[in-house]
Amino acid sequence: MAARVAVVVFPGTNCEHDVVTAMERVGAEASLVWHGDRDLGPADAVVLPGGFAHGDYLRPGALARFSPVMEAVARFAAEGGPVVGICNGFQVLTEAGLLPGALVKNRGLRFVCAPARVRVDSDRSVLTAGLPLGTTLSVPVNHFSGSYVCDPATLARLRDGGQVVLRYLENPNGSVDDIAGVANAAGNVVGLMPHPERAVDALLGSADGQLLLRALVQQAAGVRAA
Amino acid sequence: MTVAEEPLHRALGLTDDELAMATAVLGREPNHLELALYAVMWSEHCSYKSSRLHLRRLPTEGSRVLVGPGENAGVVDAGDGVAVAIRIESHNHPSAIEPHQGAATGVGGILRDVFTMGARPLAVMDPLFFGPLDAARQRWLVEGVVAGISAYGNSVGVPTVGGELTFDPCYAGNPLVNVLCLGALPVGRLVLGRASGPGNLAVLLGSTTGRDGIGGVSVLASAGFGGEGAGTDDAKRPSVQVGDPFEEKRLIEACLALLDAGLVVGIQDLGGAGLACATSETAARGGVGMDVDVSAVPCREPHMAPWEVMTSESQERMLAIVTPGDWPAVAELCARWEVRATVIGTVTEPVPGDGGAVGRLRILDGPGGQVLADVPAASLADDAPLYDRPRAEPADRTARLADDPTADEPAGDCAADLGALLVDPSWVYRQYDHQLFLNTVVGPGADAALLRLAGPGLPPSERGLAVTTDSSPRWCAIDPRAGTALVLAEAVANLACVGASPVAVVNCLNFGNPEHPEVMWQLSEVVDGLAGACRDLGLPVVGGNVSLYNESAGADIDPTPVVGVLGLVDALRARPPGMGLVAGATVALLGERAAPGDQPHPLAGTRWAVERRDRRSGRLPALDPAAHGRLVALVAALVSETVAGGPGLLASVHDVSGGGIGVALAEMAIAGGIGARVRGIAGHRELFTELPSRFVVATHDPEALVARAEASGVAVSLLGMAAGDRLVVEDAEGTALVDVPLAELTASWRDALPGRLDDVADAAG
Repeated sequence: MAARVAVVVFPGTNCEHDVVTAMERVGAEASLVWHGDRDLGPADAVVLPGGFAHGDYLRPGALARFSPVMEAVARFAAEGGPVVGICNGFQVLTEAGLLPGALVKNRGLRFVCAPARVRVDSDRSVLTAGLPLGTTLSVPVNHFSGSYVCDPATLARLRDGGQVVLRYLENPNGSVDDIAGVANAAGNVVGLMPHPERAVDALLGSADGQLLLRALVQQAAGVRAA
Repeated sequence: MTVAEEPLHRALGLTDDELAMATAVLGREPNHLELALYAVMWSEHCSYKSSRLHLRRLPTEGSRVLVGPGENAGVVDAGDGVAVAIRIESHNHPSAIEPHQGAATGVGGILRDVFTMGARPLAVMDPLFFGPLDAARQRWLVEGVVAGISAYGNSVGVPTVGGELTFDPCYAGNPLVNVLCLGALPVGRLVLGRASGPGNLAVLLGSTTGRDGIGGVSVLASAGFGGEGAGTDDAKRPSVQVGDPFEEKRLIEACLALLDAGLVVGIQDLGGAGLACATSETAARGGVGMDVDVSAVPCREPHMAPWEVMTSESQERMLAIVTPGDWPAVAELCARWEVRATVIGTVTEPVPGDGGAVGRLRILDGPGGQVLADVPAASLADDAPLYDRPRAEPADRTARLADDPTADEPAGDCAADLGALLVDPSWVYRQYDHQLFLNTVVGPGADAALLRLAGPGLPPSERGLAVTTDSSPRWCAIDPRAGTALVLAEAVANLACVGASPVAVVNCLNFGNPEHPEVMWQLSEVVDGLAGACRDLGLPVVGGNVSLYNESAGADIDPTPVVGVLGLVDALRARPPGMGLVAGATVALLGERAAPGDQPHPLAGTRWAVERRDRRSGRLPALDPAAHGRLVALVAALVSETVAGGPGLLASVHDVSGGGIGVALAEMAIAGGIGARVRGIAGHRELFTELPSRFVVATHDPEALVARAEASGVAVSLLGMAAGDRLVVEDAEGTALVDVPLAELTASWRDALPGRLDDVADAAG
């Protein structure tokens, strides 16, 4: 049976259909879960897609962390379930305290939508498990607040613990240490600014995102088997 | 004269004659509220009173046309059970005064026009026109407009897949911000903006109504500007609306869900002229009346007068007509999407009158309360005055045509001219999400955008959609009629570069003050040029927009018709070749090397003449529609072979337009990261002429290309080879016109915008 992926939709989320399409492309079943729901339904993995949850008002993710569904997401994560936040989803996860650090406005104070090359720097996460370290992927970025920041102690901990899972080859936004994606200490919660769901078809320029999403689907299937 | 000193109707923007017309319609003097209704609905912006007479000459019939001009958007049948809605608009005056919000609300407005038809907006394009960037105000405008489009479009979740960027001194006091949107829908979901069924409810969806944007159509859009930075222009800033993309995003989802559930009889967006427009237009189209309870409208601030409520242009609002039985389901669905829904009126039976039954728009204060206004709905929506304004050919036209820069000597430094003509627009489009929905096969920066025909709720299809916007004020300033025909020809050529065949045209006609006879002459010429070219190329016009009063300190902009052309690809399975050169490929020109007659390589209206020599005169080359049709059909066929997944004959393709063969070659070399050596170019004239109906292509099989071209009756010349790290262009004697390192050209191209925007801004900061 295919892995079941719950795709959380806040008002203002806009990448949910793309994530569903991409997850189906790599063999998963995906269903949308509304932010007001307190139950994720049957899910082997959760994806918080990109967009502008609650309009990004106040600060990206700052309101979404209070949406009722986030209690269920936190529970799912605490039980070891794979949770991935893409772009705005990453911002929501940091605001919700499920990932360390924060995402601030890009260096240059402009929105950036462009292809980005990222390198897999740790396989200790549900999104990079099984990928050879140093693998280079072309995955687009699309954000205004994508510059990752954290205090020096946190950065040291992230580095030492293999929690920096993806780094930019050409830093598009000023992120500290070129960080494009981080995981929690357990590796089951991952946030990344690049959009792997936008890189699942060579027709659109890159299929490299499939490598990340396939890893997630495998991990999700593994969680259910265990 | 201050507002207080002039009669009310004039302060609202109505002439004395128009007041007399309204009085005749009503059989009495209109009251204040009624005057406000007529003022906004009979404004130039809403009524097209100066242009309607001319627009009738555009061809609108076509086998794929499902909905032509006059509705909120044109709709064409794309096959496979999918229809495509397309619309183009301007938001020039608001953007001139408040660039961020002006541009943002332009995006919001065009999206509503498209989802009003039942279509999910899938792509936006933005043709932008500014004055030269050496003025700080222009840099402020560019930054603000691009940031506004970025902020609204990205957040609302519609990708911006292309556009245009033009700089010319004529836009310094009045920039142009046009926006095109296309959307797709299952054919069965098509809805029209009309009310029907007396007793049905008029439901206002979305945002509250505030005092923002009052008089937008009349104060702002239907009058010119005093001059750059004039205090009176800044005073109009409160007439610019403020956008909320988050509200619009929820509104899109709620409206599409309502339409999918079959819960609305008709639906109409609230744009220019707000409730006055939406209520009168839906009633007039349905041949019914409407009672509107102005006290039921949720307001953003207290004590708003009825005329303010009726004419406010607060954004993110829709008017839906629903049956009383469906109202509870409508309310529930809107609550789910956190969208406000309020019953504000009722559809009423037409009232028998002298000339037949008349649907009346009545504005009431409370249900069954005092009647504050009572006018025939159609008198607002359809019976605006129609002006045949005086037209006059410009006095200097003959002299201007005769003063041709083609003969100018000396040629100058071709390499320097070429470098200066290269502009990488990615500074703009990197700020736009151009990828959402996983449809963008070819995005901004290319000849045309190419999208998969897919989206949430659409039946599966292998087809592709192509879209381009094009304009050339350089050409149209010299000869509006011939220039417009050339613009349409170029748009069709752009579509061919991604393998698409054109199916429909929309147009945004930007002009100066229609009370200037030269401007009305330009408008009439442009309409004739567009109509003729559409007929010649077999294309229907499915929608358009006219923006007048683009003037500043008495100076009109150059005539700026912008065309948007929609194309289709039957089988989209692989990426088209694109413009990037490929090492080892033979570079060839498809199309004629020279024009017939005594000027083989005319330079009038070219970027070389206008931007490099400040020469804005001469005679434009003529379009040969039959030859153009053969050529674009050949190129579209060649590219579509690659797009369908075949090997294809072309390694790269780019149409020759602004900057001629020189710019085309340079852009292809830059895109491919490979140089080229080209021989036999007849001096700067052949290098920079913008003769229509030509493509530069590269192929690994020149013999087969020549055979295909000859079989199609298309001229072909082999120019040279893609190789090395320099761009070398030689004349017939082997003398180099251009011989520059590719890295140098790439730097000129890449730094053109950042060098003028970022560095300057940083230095100032």
